[in-house]
Amino acid sequence: MPLTLLKYGLRCSYPSRPFLPDEREAKSTYDVVVIGGGGHGLAIAYYLAQDHGIRDVAVIERGYLGGGNTARNTAIIRANYLTPEGVAFYRESMELWRDLSNVLDINLMYSERGHLTLAHTDAAIRTMRWRAEVNKHLGVESEFVGLDDLATLCPELNLSRSVRFPILAALYHPTGATARHDAVAWGYARAAANRGVHILQETEVTGIVREGGRVIAVETNRGRIGCGRAVQAVAGTSVQVGAMAGLRLPIQPYPLQACVSVPVKPVLDPIVVSGSLHVYIWQSQRGELVMGGATDPYPLHGTRATLDFKESLTMHILELFPFLAEARLMRQWAGVTDMTADFAPIMGLTPLANYFVDAGWGTWGFKATPVAGKRMAECIATGRQPDILKPFHLERFRDFRLLGEKGAASVGH
Amino acid sequence: MLLIHCPWCGPRDEIEFKYGGEAHITRPTEPDALSDTEWADYLFMRTNAKGLHRERWVHSAGCRRWFNVARDTVTNEIFASYKMGEKPPVEGGS
Ligand SMILES: Cc1cc2nc3c(=O)[nH]c(=O)nc-3n(C[C@H](O)[C@H](O)[C@H](O)COP(=O)(O)OP(=O)(O)OC[C@H]3O[C@@H](n4cnc5c(N)ncnc54)[C@H](O)[C@@H]3O)c2cc1C
Ligand SMILES: [Zn+2]
Repeated sequence: MPLTLLKYGLRCSYPSRPFLPDEREAKSTYDVVVIGGGGHGLAIAYYLAQDHGIRDVAVIERGYLGGGNTARNTAIIRANYLTPEGVAFYRESMELWRDLSNVLDINLMYSERGHLTLAHTDAAIRTMRWRAEVNKHLGVESEFVGLDDLATLCPELNLSRSVRFPILAALYHPTGATARHDAVAWGYARAAANRGVHILQETEVTGIVREGGRVIAVETNRGRIGCGRAVQAVAGTSVQVGAMAGLRLPIQPYPLQACVSVPVKPVLDPIVVSGSLHVYIWQSQRGELVMGGATDPYPLHGTRATLDFKESLTMHILELFPFLAEARLMRQWAGVTDMTADFAPIMGLTPLANYFVDAGWGTWGFKATPVAGKRMAECIATGRQPDILKPFHLERFRDFRLLGEKGAASVGH
Repeated sequence: MLLIHCPWCGPRDEIEFKYGGEAHITRPTEPDALSDTEWADYLFMRTNAKGLHRERWVHSAGCRRWFNVARDTVTNEIFASYKMGEKPPVEGGS
């Protein structure tokens, strides 16, 4: 190691080996075109190459890699959802996360710090008990806990009765985790590029060319790129890109805001979520307190951050953790989330024979990056909807088989 | 924070209001005559205009009445407020 460091220090070019192979000239056609270079698009490309030997793949990204919601999310990973379909799906993702740093050879700082969802009302207690039972039945660690346990699990919490919404109990998910989100995008990008995938940044898809129920090419600012198959994984622009392919998606764009404090000493171990107070908080390895809540109340195609968001957020955070009153905010931002009516994603086949959709990830899609990538790749490679993705099919809206994940996803993400 | 003009109470802060979704979507008069696809369209599909958007708001912490607003979904500029049942005063968009 010291020798490597010395050699590195004496070199005249830095970094001595670029993280990603140099971007290649775009070919005129690819077997698979992936629209969107966020975590999901990059993971799809990686698993296409790795699991299915499909290497003639381009990921087309209008900005820079992972600069969309992958860069903006608050990195919470969990599987304690409400619907059996959701729990089974996110559980598979957690299994992939555990090994992912090794698989991608990059430190994702995946950290299972525990996840607490607070209940302040009888109705919330009922939902927590329900979730705990569904979770346990499907093999996800999840416990309903009372105030005594809560005082041990998170001694920093203000358990006083003399606040506006006293805490009554909580849902405890010991395996709830966080990860370094940028590294997820970079790790998948490098692993995909090393297997021959072309990654084309600053390339925007502006149109999708169809012929007889099939997609034959995408129009971009670099010209037309032909494709044997195409998949969209564009989060906030899902509706617009879907429309280019003639699809109508039951999705609406809502901004989701978040912020971090200046770094402070370690004060908080678990992730703490309060649905009733519309806030969540955890402390990053850098010491920053990462905080967020529910989406803005009305649709917007924009990423402005507002004062009213921070006013209500800090008010509620201070009710939970009064000692943070002196902490200063450092950064705030927003991302446009692609919200569905049932707070569940839309994945898989579409009415177009060779066009696939990975959308409706709303405020909860970061944790699903590995499993969505793996299963969407399988769907594209085989042309069939994998069983685990069947409940998330676009047709569920026409068939009125909605998933009803709102109770577990509207604030906790 | 938006400054929203309630047709009855005048300009008020956004926090007094609640957003009520896209405006001018008429409930089908004969639901039985619709196919599942048409009914799902009515329930779940929205125009998602990027730009001028006509939408419903309710003055929940004021007069509690519903009305329509024409707003730009990129810039948040509000072009007009108008009462339920009135014709949209601004043309264009979707
Ligand atoms: C503030 C915030 C907090 C969140 N917190 C969490 C959380 O704690 N846990 C969790 O699981 N999820 C969370 N999410 C949700 C999560 O961020 C997203 O669901 C997830 O990152 C989606 O990944 P993606 O790869 O599909 O999208 P993105 O990372 O947005 O990637 C889509 C890419 O497509 C590109 N693109 C768009 N249109 C085009 C086009 N026409 N041509 C070419 N490229 C295009 C974009 O530039 C973008 O890079 C949060 C989101 C936000 C905004
Ligand atoms: Zn009023």
